[in-house]
Amino acid sequence: MNSLATLSVRNLQISLLQKKGALNLVRGIDFEVMPGETLALVGESGSGKSLTALSIMRLLARNAQWQCQGDVLFKDDQGLEHNLLTLPEKTMRALRGHRIAMIFQEPMTCLNPVITIGQQISESVSLHLGLDQSSANASAMRALEQVEIPAAQQRFHEYPHQLSGGMRQRVMIAMAMICKPQLLIADEPTTALDVTIQAQILNLMARLQKDTGMSMLFITHNLGVVAHHAQRVAVMYAGQIVEQGSVADVFAHTQHPYTKGLLACLPGRARQLSRQTGQRVALLDIPGQAPSMAITPTGCSFAPRCHSCFEKCHQSLPEWRGLPTHTSLCHLEAHS
Amino acid sequence: MADWRESFRILFARRVVLMAAVLLVGMLLMAILCTWVLPYEPMAMKVSQRLKAPSLTHWAGTDELGRDITSRIFYGARYSLAIGACTAFFAAFFGTLMGLLAGFFKSLDAILMRLVDAMMAFPDILLGIALVSILGASPVNVILALTLVYTPRVARVVRASTLVIRELPYIEAAHAVGLSTPRLMFKHILPNLMSPILVQLSFIFAYALLAEAGLSFLGVGVGAEIPTWGTMVASSTQYADRALWTLMFPGLAIVLTALSLQVMGDGVRDLLDPRLKGNT
Repeated sequence: MNSLATLSVRNLQISLLQKKGALNLVRGIDFEVMPGETLALVGESGSGKSLTALSIMRLLARNAQWQCQGDVLFKDDQGLEHNLLTLPEKTMRALRGHRIAMIFQEPMTCLNPVITIGQQISESVSLHLGLDQSSANASAMRALEQVEIPAAQQRFHEYPHQLSGGMRQRVMIAMAMICKPQLLIADEPTTALDVTIQAQILNLMARLQKDTGMSMLFITHNLGVVAHHAQRVAVMYAGQIVEQGSVADVFAHTQHPYTKGLLACLPGRARQLSRQTGQRVALLDIPGQAPSMAITPTGCSFAPRCHSCFEKCHQSLPEWRGLPTHTSLCHLEAHS
Repeated sequence: MADWRESFRILFARRVVLMAAVLLVGMLLMAILCTWVLPYEPMAMKVSQRLKAPSLTHWAGTDELGRDITSRIFYGARYSLAIGACTAFFAAFFGTLMGLLAGFFKSLDAILMRLVDAMMAFPDILLGIALVSILGASPVNVILALTLVYTPRVARVVRASTLVIRELPYIEAAHAVGLSTPRLMFKHILPNLMSPILVQLSFIFAYALLAEAGLSFLGVGVGAEIPTWGTMVASSTQYADRALWTLMFPGLAIVLTALSLQVMGDGVRDLLDPRLKGNT
């Protein structure tokens, strides 16, 4: 384990406590985000990506009972390491929005409809950096200009409904970036936007990251975005990370059948392969659906949907295989 | 400045809101100025002028003791409006506080809401009667009693809205910025509650006018010696068959004021909703 990491998550388990028993939604995941690096967390709906992000922020819905085990270690700018899962709420609140910021999926609903844009952005700086109203406003204005909002002066006094979706996501980014966080958690920040705006927002985020040197945990189910904007990728399936490595490695030498399946689902990639091989490569899908989280599988959780599974897959849990820079949770390599 | 002009433009774009505003402002002005501008003292009795029909000398006629009803209506507006306004304000204040706390903290929810349920189990007027008879008939006690009667209504509405709003993504996002719970409650949730609260405020103002009239009618109001619209209606009932004006004009004052308040409440709510602003 590298102690340089801004964020290191070790054996994180998240369970939803219910009357009938605990539902293990995230089953022991490990990953690290280095300073200035973007780690993409990909997987289908319900694989536990957002849950992981929320548990890092300690923002799991309060109307349910959660149990989080493991360590989420965050290193602040003074080099102090905090375990975010056990930190007192007051310290956690001081980190939230200051050293660790988060951008949510829905820019349409993530801004308070009755508070002006300017006020919403400046609130965070005046809170965390103790700035007075006028310097907080100035700082908010700079943040708006930084996220390339045209007519920032005017937008500052407007309400969220007066802005388009892309604009609102820029405002969300401005809000997140204003305290210059070390870690930005972006939970599907472009999913709700159309494709051209997506590209703009992603480029903006990449530029801001380069300027500030922050780390980013980027949650998405769009592998195209991963290829362009992340250095490393972790693929989640049914509450586990099944493959993790540098983007180049994972895309070029895919190990896990699930990742292979995800890549085969990409229309662009299928087209590219068709062109390379001169044969028609059909756009594939992954048969079946994600397993119920109520059942703890005896073998690999992907086995029932896997093209290349064999009997061992159903019998025992796979172990990590491969180099430290690119690993996968699969029996396959050892078998062949 | 432009902001104010814009607000007025939106508020009075609807004729009915303008009419309501004119009526309320007129009523308020007359309530303040009546003792100087009106020719008759509200308390001055004149036995020779008993139960006179509306005429040029007495626009709204006179009551059973020969007092000028016009003067009494405007003089009574002081009490009626003050009781309505104070009740609405206090009920909205305490109700909002209770509702916010109950909606935000699960542990307080059960306690506060059972309290509210218990209070709402009594019919409004019955609870009012009981409270005023215990406390004694006076304007302050009427305000106190009516505040107790209407606080649970506001608390219910505010709690329900709080429960909805606290789960919305923007509150989660505000949480992610690192805001403290009180700040979240009062800076982010409360502004979103303004429209239901305002609607309640205008309702309660109007209800309180009627309830005060009801209490006075039943003899547990502010005391018969104080002319409020309620006491006027109460004392007129004996003569209403012979002198309808003794009942009609105070009644009309209650109805028009209550109606105007509701219309104003609607108007202000629309104004406060930023979604309706600046879209032109």
